[in-house]
Order: sequence, then C-alpha cells, then structure tokens
Amino acid sequence: MSLSAQIEHRAGALDLQIEVEVQAGEVLALCGPNGAGKTTLLRCLAGLSPIDSGRISLNDVVLDEPATGTFLGPDKRKIGFVFQDYMLFRHLSVLENVAFGLRARGTRAAVARKVAKEWIDRVGLTEHTHHRPTWLSGGQAQRVALGRALATSPSMLLLDEPLAALDAGTRAVVRRDLRRHLDSFAGVAILVTHDPVDAYALAARVAILDDGRVVQTGTLADVTARPRSRYVADLVGVNLVPGEIADGVLTTAKGARVVVADAPTGPAFAVIRPHSIALVREVAVNSSVRNAWVGTISEIARLGDRARVGIVGELALTAEITIAALDALQLRPGEQISATVKATDIEVYPA
Amino acid sequence: MALAAIAVSFFALPLIGLLWRAPWAHAVDYVNDEETLTALRLSMICSLWATALSIVFGVPLAWLLARVEFPGRSVVRALCTLSMVLPPVVGGVALFFALGRRGLIGQYLDRWFDFRLPFTTTAVVIAQTFVAMPFLVVTVEAALRQLDGRIEDASRTLGGSSWYTFRRVTLPAIRPALIAGAVLAWARALGEFGATITFAGNFPGTTQTMPLSVYLSLETNPERAIVLALVLIAISFAVLIGLRDRWFVGGRDSPRVVL
Repeated sequence: MSLSAQIEHRAGALDLQIEVEVQAGEVLALCGPNGAGKTTLLRCLAGLSPIDSGRISLNDVVLDEPATGTFLGPDKRKIGFVFQDYMLFRHLSVLENVAFGLRARGTRAAVARKVAKEWIDRVGLTEHTHHRPTWLSGGQAQRVALGRALATSPSMLLLDEPLAALDAGTRAVVRRDLRRHLDSFAGVAILVTHDPVDAYALAARVAILDDGRVVQTGTLADVTARPRSRYVADLVGVNLVPGEIADGVLTTAKGARVVVADAPTGPAFAVIRPHSIALVREVAVNSSVRNAWVGTISEIARLGDRARVGIVGELALTAEITIAALDALQLRPGEQISATVKATDIEVYPA
Repeated sequence: MALAAIAVSFFALPLIGLLWRAPWAHAVDYVNDEETLTALRLSMICSLWATALSIVFGVPLAWLLARVEFPGRSVVRALCTLSMVLPPVVGGVALFFALGRRGLIGQYLDRWFDFRLPFTTTAVVIAQTFVAMPFLVVTVEAALRQLDGRIEDASRTLGGSSWYTFRRVTLPAIRPALIAGAVLAWARALGEFGATITFAGNFPGTTQTMPLSVYLSLETNPERAIVLALVLIAISFAVLIGLRDRWFVGGRDSPRVVL
C-alpha cells in the first residue's frame, strides 16, 4: 500500500523531474515557492495532467506509464482531491456535493445520500446539509471539500493548499480538524503548503520543491536543522516547539519553559525563527529578554554570509547569526552557550 | 444621459409609428385570418426547430472552440460565425448552391434519394439554423471560456466520466448563457427573412413565415403588414421581458450573463 512515482513533465517554463515514495498512512507535505511545480505534481498524480515519461503506481496499480502506453484517467483512479478554492459545485446542495463522487461511480442514490450524510456529520456540517455552498463560510466550504473528497474512500488524498484561503482564526480550527481526519485516513496523503506551520502540524515528512526538483526531503525537524540552501532555510527553517501553555508559559514534554506573549491556554506550539535567537556567553541580569536556555552547540553550518548554529539541551534549537558574529564569539561545536529570545518574537499557534 | 435618451427614442419611435398607424378596428380580423395563422404557426414551428438544432449542434461546437486546441481553430471559429455578419441573402444563395438540386451535395440527395431540399419547410429550418446557430455558439463559448476548468477537474477526480462531468457540472454552470444563447438564436430565427426567401422561397403553408408574410403584405395590404409586424413584436418583446427577469439578471445561484 503505497505511492511510487517517477515523474517527468514539461508545461511551459516548468520542467518537472521528481521521484516520490509515500507509504499508506503517511502524510507528505510539499513545500516550495510559487511556480515550483507543487500543484502540477498533484495534477500529474491525479491524472489531470498526463506525464511525459516515468511511472506512477499506487498500491501496485500502474496509473500512468507513457513507455507502455498506460494511462488511467482521473475518474479511474481511487483518489480524492481538495482544490485550493475548494471548487464546490454551486448548483448542488452540500449533500449533493458530498454524494457526487459516489453517484458518479454508480452508487445508488439512497446509499450515496446515506454515506454523504455520515460524512457531513463527521465534518460537523449537519445543519447545512441542504444549503448551497454559496451560503457557507470559507472554513465550512473547506470541510465540505474534504468530506466530498473522502466520501469515495480514496486510496490517495491530494490537498492543494487546503488552508491558504482561510483567515488566521479559522485556520487554526480547520487545521486541527484536518489533522484529525488525516490521522484516521489509511491511504497515502500529500499536502501542498506554503506554510511550515501547516507542514509541521499535518505532515510527518516534507519534500521541498524548487524549480521542478525535490531539493530536500526528510522530517521537518531534519530540514529545519540542516537546510541545504538559503532558500530552504527561509522557507521552513524555523524552530517549532510543541507544548502545553498555562499562564503565558509553554512547557515542553522535556520540561523546558518558553515564555510567550498573548497566548491561549492549552496545547499549542511555538514558532521561534532562527534569526530572532541571540546567542550569548553570559545572560545579562537586567535584560528585557524573557527566554534564555542553556545548551551545547551541536553543529555550525555556514550558508553564505550567515551561519546556522544547532544547539541541543533542554530545548533543541537552531539559531541563525551572521558570520561576523560567529567569528566575534569564537563559537565551536561542543561549547556551552545560551540562546535568548524575546517573548514577543515568538509566534504561538494552538495545536 | 441625452445620448442615451436619443438611443432609447431611436428604438421606441419606429414602434410608436407602427402603433400609431395600426388599424385597430380590423386588427383582430387580420390576426384571426387563416393565412396569418398559418404563417404564424409555421414561423413558430420552424424557429423552435432551428433553436433545437442550434443547441444540439451548437453546444458541442462551442465546447470544441473553447476547450480543444487544434491548428486553425480561429479559422474554424470565423467560418462558423461568418453567417452572423454575412447578409442573409448571401447565406441563402450559398445554401442553394450547396444543397439545391444542382448543388454540391444537393445533386446527390436528388439523384440517390430523390430528395430535394429547396422550397420545403425543411429548407426554412435549415436557413434559419444557418443564421441563428452562431449566436448560440458565441454566447456558450464565452461562458465555457469563463468557467474555471478546475470545477470540471473536481468532477473528474470524483470519478465522473467526461460525459457525466459535462452533464452534471459543465451544463448547469453555463445554463444562464445557454438559455441566453438559445433565446438569441430563436429571436434571430424568428426574424429570418433573406436566407429563407432565397433558399426556401415563399409558399404559403410550407415556407411563408411571418417576416415574409409581412414583407409581401406591404405591397398588397399595408394595414395587414402593420398588424402582423405588431404581432411579431409583441411575441419577441414578451419573451425578452419574461426571460430577462428570470435568467439574465439571475437568481442567487446563476451568474450574471450580459446579453
């Protein structure tokens, strides 16, 4: 049960050359700038854009292999696709939208309606069952799109920036619900996102795409700690610290304390950007900086005129400082150092 | 404002002129006349047939022009909408040389099937379809181009075949444009004169539609011509007003379509 794809596909300026393997039950996040080929890759996997050469197979069924003339159209693949702007059918009710896939595949109307109702309940839209999508808020429309994609029990779920169109408040709630659905989804799931927070919350593994190639892949922690390019560092090179917030302090599983500002109580994660971290030999006593963690330097990587310094200890962090600062401090791996950061420089998201 | 007022009066004045000259005392007699009713019935039947044919062939044509990229597409589009700008008489002559008894295809119809098109009711329908279909094609093609193709992709990923997608997603999405196009085509077919008289002739009962009847009465009985013209105007006006409110300006689910 897995997806295996070697894809070569040209479209305009984009030259996509990608290999991906995703196991069933795994969620892969695709990150990358606009025009990197993320959406095109999803479309190739869905059969909306045939590949030029290579091979795509899902659970040992070949979906697309130009060399042997094999091509299954999107309607013949067991997939669910959540589009960026949801692409709900405006002339159909929520119920008919969610039942659409089953009806299209020949399920009897009564059965399709029953299954669709279950999914509408599951995504929490029971009272909107008979409304048109135009009545729904962005978050509700997103949930209809998800229910519609999942109602056909696909083997592979493809999500194209499922949270991008939502405002920040809705986003956190929908992200949590999406997490729940992805956790219980047994198939292959691939998620396109711009946002490292989404990738962290929803996916175990990320693949960074740039200019049609996978430039780096691994767990988000790996990629954050060891970004292979300046660009990857900017994109996903952030410290994500999960924990429990009480009284403005986030406490991690290991017991490290992170002082945060304007934080809701409950499970959450803090985003600490490497460039907001200052490294000091000795913490000043009368400083406004609320957070200081002592750790050991595990590695130092130079990226252009900056250096990324890995620190292990009660809190594993990556800090980004200039080469000049690195030289001035004379930092070496194995040395003790304090990482400090202002509470107001830390972003907090409810988990 | 002033220019708009002039434009409105430009359209209103001829109508008022007709109303002013109308022989109201005999109006009912003229309408109730056997010849008038025959022409009216023929006009209705032929224009509805022409509309139906325009939909059956025009929608796939619009889809081809909007969605399939092939070399010479703009030439094909120009060819298929040529009759919009062509003088209808020219269209009628062209049809005659293609489908007439000695025409390109007509000669074989005649020789092999003993079937002659010109001067039959079928010829009226063909002439009307020839001039009316482009209006539907242009309207529907514009709507198809505006439609986000991803809505069709969504249907495809949900297991909908091309045909299922077209029926359940594309067609409902372009419904307002389809109706607008069909009304335009129907109106054009109802008013068709030049191509009809050239290709189908003017035989009461088989090819003499309302516009032909109006034109010929003008020579012999102008009063009757005015009444028939008013009947045509009334029908067209009623349909336009009725449909505009329901479809063109649109309910909450139908996108606006500019006629």
